[in-house]
Amino acid sequence: MATSHAQKVGRWALAPSLAALTVWAFVPLAIAIYFAFLRYNLQSDNTGWFGLNNFYYFVNDPYFYKDLFNTVALVLSVLAITIVGGTGLAILLDQPFWGRGIVRVLMISPFFIMPTVSSLVWKNLLMHPVFGLFAAIQRFFGASHVLDWFGTVPLLSVIIIVSWQWLPYAALILLTALQSLDLEQKDASMMDGAGPVSFFRYIVLPHLSRPITVVILIETIFLLNVFAEIKVTSVGGFAGNLTYLVASQLNEATDIGEAAAGGLIAVVLANLVSIFLVRIVGKNLGT
Amino acid sequence: MAIKISARRQIAFTIIAWTIGILMFFPILWTAIAAFKTESDAYTLPQNFLTTPWTMENFAIVQARSNYLLYIRNTVVIAFVSTILGLLFAVPAAWSMAFAPVTQSTIKWSGWRWLATILGTAFVVGLFLYALGWDLTNRASIGFLALVIVIVPAALWVFSRNTSDSLLWMLSTKMMPPAGALIPIYLIFNRNGLVFKDWGWIDLSDYNIMDSFWGMVPLMMLLNLPIIIWMLFTYFKEIPVEILEAARMDGASLWAELTKILTPMAVPGIVSTCLLNLILAWNEAFWTLNLTNKYAAPLSFFISEYSSPEGQFWAKLSAASIMAIAPIMVVGWFSQRQLVRGLTFGAVK
Amino acid sequence: MGKIKLNKVRKAFGEAVIIPGADLEIKEGEFIVFVGPSGCGKSTLLRLIAGLEDLTSGKIEIDGRDVTDTAPGSRGLAMVFQSYALYPHMSVRNNIAFPLKMAKMPQTEIDAKIAKAAKTLNLTDYLDRKPGQLSGGQRQRVAIGRAIVRSPQGFLFDEPLSNLDAALRVNMRLEIMQLHQDLKATMVYVTHDQVEAMTMADRIVVLNRGNIEQVGTPLELYNKPNSLFVAGFIGSPKMNFVEGNTIGVRPEHLDISDKKGEWQGTVKLSEHLGSDTFLHVDGGKRGQLTVRATGESQFGPGNKIWMTPQKGRLHHFDAQGRATK
Repeated sequence: MATSHAQKVGRWALAPSLAALTVWAFVPLAIAIYFAFLRYNLQSDNTGWFGLNNFYYFVNDPYFYKDLFNTVALVLSVLAITIVGGTGLAILLDQPFWGRGIVRVLMISPFFIMPTVSSLVWKNLLMHPVFGLFAAIQRFFGASHVLDWFGTVPLLSVIIIVSWQWLPYAALILLTALQSLDLEQKDASMMDGAGPVSFFRYIVLPHLSRPITVVILIETIFLLNVFAEIKVTSVGGFAGNLTYLVASQLNEATDIGEAAAGGLIAVVLANLVSIFLVRIVGKNLGT
Repeated sequence: MAIKISARRQIAFTIIAWTIGILMFFPILWTAIAAFKTESDAYTLPQNFLTTPWTMENFAIVQARSNYLLYIRNTVVIAFVSTILGLLFAVPAAWSMAFAPVTQSTIKWSGWRWLATILGTAFVVGLFLYALGWDLTNRASIGFLALVIVIVPAALWVFSRNTSDSLLWMLSTKMMPPAGALIPIYLIFNRNGLVFKDWGWIDLSDYNIMDSFWGMVPLMMLLNLPIIIWMLFTYFKEIPVEILEAARMDGASLWAELTKILTPMAVPGIVSTCLLNLILAWNEAFWTLNLTNKYAAPLSFFISEYSSPEGQFWAKLSAASIMAIAPIMVVGWFSQRQLVRGLTFGAVK
Repeated sequence: MGKIKLNKVRKAFGEAVIIPGADLEIKEGEFIVFVGPSGCGKSTLLRLIAGLEDLTSGKIEIDGRDVTDTAPGSRGLAMVFQSYALYPHMSVRNNIAFPLKMAKMPQTEIDAKIAKAAKTLNLTDYLDRKPGQLSGGQRQRVAIGRAIVRSPQGFLFDEPLSNLDAALRVNMRLEIMQLHQDLKATMVYVTHDQVEAMTMADRIVVLNRGNIEQVGTPLELYNKPNSLFVAGFIGSPKMNFVEGNTIGVRPEHLDISDKKGEWQGTVKLSEHLGSDTFLHVDGGKRGQLTVRATGESQFGPGNKIWMTPQKGRLHHFDAQGRATK
């Protein structure tokens, strides 16, 4: 509890941040709503009221449903890969072995790589059908026909790149949580005759539920907005997501109105997801 | 420890863990090797990279061809200035929420009352503008009204929350997809102020913050502000209130309490907050790819220039990549232990 | 110097009333102890005096000066916290110097004061250590040192001994009492431990649900508790209550015999402390009774005994728990 003096000062101390975030959260939204109802293309002077047409055209864009599907598929598969893989890695790293510090550093490194770099490195150095390392490995094992990753499975390729970037995050959060697991609990469960499987099922997994929730929350925020990985690998036409679709409305079609409408649709979808997430997360975090 | 680990098990774990660690790190390692090879060696597979000659020429070529130093300067300016600016906003805010929390909302309204307030405000302001002789159908009036409709109730709502609601709301602004804000920000930033050019009463004809620090720094600051506040809040929360109260009893002013007691105690937390923000700002790619292309373009943009399909320049691409990621990766390596706690936003101890 | 007067002091957090209204006068140089069960409002009352909480209504005066709206640092009081609240990033020397620096005292004077305080509290060898390198007792002494250097008019102690182990607690108790004799300053001390209250206090304030239940010297409270609550709270082991809580008698005021007496009972357990033996007796319709016997008492579980309350040692209470005579 603080005194009224401290509370008064506190309100003033909080005000700049609240004001900045209010402007950030509401002004762009208001402008987006305004322009979403205008016919407004940077290449034509013909502007005016357009009603719901922007929304109509955006939803009926040939890419819309595909990109919607890609958005969901990307988020869900990366979440699944990073959480399952992260749990496994965390358990592994929690075992005693030599050089833990170095392995930790090796493992977390992908998280520090900027998305544009990891995309180009994966696309060219690793997944390239002629000069890539994966193709070379395939040829080494005698494959006559090598896999053209971005040509035949673009979405999977993007998923692999994004998972590579986020797997360290999940693994390290879960490792930190594992290390806080009481050793006495482990001893007690051994005394109670629990094997490693039931120890994992009844002690470890419940202990990890909270950090897993955090990983889901944070990763979802970033994964819904994956953009650079799609843009710089030039697979927008095959593996684009909603974020990419909106940006391409602006950059390629220069259609402000439709891009604004698309942005609003993305906001609505993100809000649906966040309501859903906050439900689960709120239960788990109990703030 | 209750269980004695046999040496054999430890060896097995060592092998598995190192294998996975090296596999995870491999793309970076591979890039680093390619960066020091000649162009033709870089994409000749299989190659014995131990015997092919090592060279530094790629780095010089990259700098000469695409002026790496300009981009890294831009990245450093955007990342550092936005982080410092963010701290200036966030430290007082986090202090306030951790040590002088507001326990009760000051306004408890139903949804209908909010709606009535919003529409009422808009109606009154509209009437006022009409009385002033504004043409309510032109873009300036509509825009102004829209801002009033949004900002007035939003500010009321935001400023009347109690602390725990404020915190959650701040984090929720992070849920707003950048795609939704892209058009407005693009228009606000754009040359000749596409949004504002019809407003008449302010001359904004020279106004242009597209592709400039004036646009990118505040943007990056706002983008990461919720995260900075959350992290600082969780660190401040761990400082016992009694210590601040002791300072108060000792006659410390609020300023002394903040500068002599709280800040020194929170240094580890502030440092790891800064580091995480540096990393996030350094690697940001949505806004930089969409809003910059020359003057304020950072490294993420610099690298994307290498995505053009014409010709295979593996070695140069690798050199450029290493130049873009090396500084922040080294920072990350040295601070990873502190970082991990920050990455959980205080939700995992 | 050091007179503290509370006038209808009231504290509420929204709907929750913590202190409904407290009146109290603390005399100059007095050692006064606030005691009561946890949640009784004793710490809140102390924090109100300190200025760490705002009053909802009422007035606080120190030496006749109204300090109700004065900042904590300007009330001339020093406080020792339960967790010591030392500044972890500062050396012991800087911890103790902090209030003096805040008062903008010249450095030479600060050094002299620190040297003196350190000598009094046996901290001279530790001045350049950080609090984290000290033991619990040493930290406690640093906290006290930080309080005494300002020569305040009054000291406030918020359960300062509860984080120490039993042996250290007894030592620190004596040190604080010695300090009080040396400084002759007013001290307000909060504890939930009635033994601390009895041994240290000039006067005790017993609090119950935010109300001041009784104020008096330790012996007054022991001999003439004015309510069931005070009677039950002061004295160890607890007073026995019989006849539907209308009559109370302390364990040490029951004479026992194996032949005759007023009340009969069966010993269930006996605790031998060496100097005394406490018998837990099933008193039939009188319920569970505790009796103090001599250290050599031979009564054990299963023995039938007779108990007789000593003359004039019975306490009578009405249905509301008020003492009657």
